[in-house]
Amino acid sequence: MLKLDDVSKVYKVGTFGGKELHAVRDVCFDVQDGEVVSLIGESGSGKSTIGKMILRLVSITSGSIVFDGLDIAGLRGPALKDYYRRVQGVFQDPFSSYNPIFKADRTFRIIRDEFFPDVALPVWNDKVDGSLRAVGLNPPDVLNKFPHQLSGGQLQRFLIARALLLDVRFLVADEIISMLDASTRIDVLNLLAGLKARGLSILFITHDLSLGYYISERAVMLYRGCVVEMGPTEKVFFNPLHPYTQTLMACVPSLHEKWKKTGAEPGEIPSEVTTGCAYYNRCPVTQKDGCCTSARPPLIEREAGHYVACCYAQGG
Amino acid sequence: MGLSVENLTVYYQTLRGDVQALENASFTVADGEIMGLAGESGCGKTTLGHSLIRLVPPMRFVGGRVTLNEEELPIWDSERMNEFRFKKISIVPQYAMNALNPTRKIGKMTQELLASRGVAWQEALPELKRRLDLVKLPHDVLDMYPFELSGGMKQRMVMVISTLLNPSLLIADEITSALDVSSQKACSEMLVEFRNQRCCHSAIVITHDISILYQIADSVLIMYAGQLAEKASTEVVIHNPRHPYTRLLISSLPTVGVRYAETRLSGIPGSPPVLLNPPDGCRFRARCPVAFDKCLQVPPLVEIEEGHFVACWKEGAADAEA
Repeated sequence: MLKLDDVSKVYKVGTFGGKELHAVRDVCFDVQDGEVVSLIGESGSGKSTIGKMILRLVSITSGSIVFDGLDIAGLRGPALKDYYRRVQGVFQDPFSSYNPIFKADRTFRIIRDEFFPDVALPVWNDKVDGSLRAVGLNPPDVLNKFPHQLSGGQLQRFLIARALLLDVRFLVADEIISMLDASTRIDVLNLLAGLKARGLSILFITHDLSLGYYISERAVMLYRGCVVEMGPTEKVFFNPLHPYTQTLMACVPSLHEKWKKTGAEPGEIPSEVTTGCAYYNRCPVTQKDGCCTSARPPLIEREAGHYVACCYAQGG
Repeated sequence: MGLSVENLTVYYQTLRGDVQALENASFTVADGEIMGLAGESGCGKTTLGHSLIRLVPPMRFVGGRVTLNEEELPIWDSERMNEFRFKKISIVPQYAMNALNPTRKIGKMTQELLASRGVAWQEALPELKRRLDLVKLPHDVLDMYPFELSGGMKQRMVMVISTLLNPSLLIADEITSALDVSSQKACSEMLVEFRNQRCCHSAIVITHDISILYQIADSVLIMYAGQLAEKASTEVVIHNPRHPYTRLLISSLPTVGVRYAETRLSGIPGSPPVLLNPPDGCRFRARCPVAFDKCLQVPPLVEIEEGHFVACWKEGAADAEA
């Protein structure tokens, strides 16, 4: 339903915008109906930029994003509004998503004013109640309150309820639970999984591998703006083929297994832009050669649905 | 030897009254022990950590006694604590990015810091370089400004500076939270290495990420809403917790290998109490599945096995009273 085709984003940086920062490079993946895809990467890997491009919050430098057969880059006016009826985002910090001097339910009123001015108030209130119940909140407890009177988990669910008021079919969830406490984050995660069962597609952007594993069917690993590996979640997690994914998996803290003493090099992201493989400077593979430096390795299908961008992908 | 805290109570002063952020905390950290301190946000873990080194308004010392290597720490007197700070007790703050002076080169800043403690730069320099090697930082960083370093490098630099005078106790406040998984692992392993090399004798690692503690800590102390819930060795807390809160908390953690479709985890219903006017008794009472009448009284922290302390009327506290 949503397809990214060779999407790139270049930011102008420096004092007079004289330098270029390639935040996202030639990213291709798609999200099917009712599917949860997790987009996993370190900070600076471009994962949030991809989310923002899907939401049309930043422009696309090259490539195209197609939603239900419609290129979203050209959407204007009513067509764009129609797009936002179906595609919505929820972001990391629930506390800064609200204006603290207004009551939290003002966000619902804005939705009505913008999108449903013809709906009668009683009907609308029923709809708000229904959508709050759908996210596991009890409307009398949370309506008519200021943002500081609600907890982070409640505010985050409020935002999801807001998205549900529209006829959303695609949700961009950008690190939505990293600010929440351990005891409440799992409830929000379960809520997302429940929505998936109702046919909602979700792009779950995270840096926390265990959360990505818990909820998603497919995983896309990003490194410095490039997709290095993607495929069904179990395959990416338990049979990682790209050296970067392998290093990452070895670093995940688990409650069942202690870290192996690998003496992993502290991960620093080198700043210079190379023409070849983005991971070249940190790559532990010894047999590096011209194949790695001459051009960026393409994504190759190693197993059914499991793509890896590496000349020397191990295992498989 | 090591750290011993008895009945430490610290409140925050606000216009609307005292926020009872830390109530009657008693525990010990042995020499050479890395103790993890975990809990949800607002449970008082940072308050506990900071009160041991810099207790300043709006924090207010209410009562308790802290001894480090059998010497009492005057934590209520910020002036007198100066003797101890950096030399005996040191901290790696939560955001290392803000800990380094942006207008000074890192070497210059370290030099000034050492001078303030009466340590000559030339004497400390060889050891500083050795420590930089230990954390795999080039010696050039001393001639760099903080903005030239990445987040992980800054975090390691701050760790080196904090432990330069071999403090007896190091407080590491959320040192890995802002880092990526690979830097997270490197940073945590360095902390263990520092302990092994006696760069710091014992450490309190404050974090909300229990899976990190499982990797590096010797013991774990779980807090809830300003009260201590459970303290035991890491293995016991993770695999055989006794306090209902710890049990629910551990069982709600997703980990690689657990999927929604197969195992559905559940959170803890409800939310933590507001500490401005906390409920009487056990503060977990309202969310606890096994709460009963007795929970209206505060359960004492009781040792149920060797080194395993639990504050719950259902687990040992009742026997202790009888």
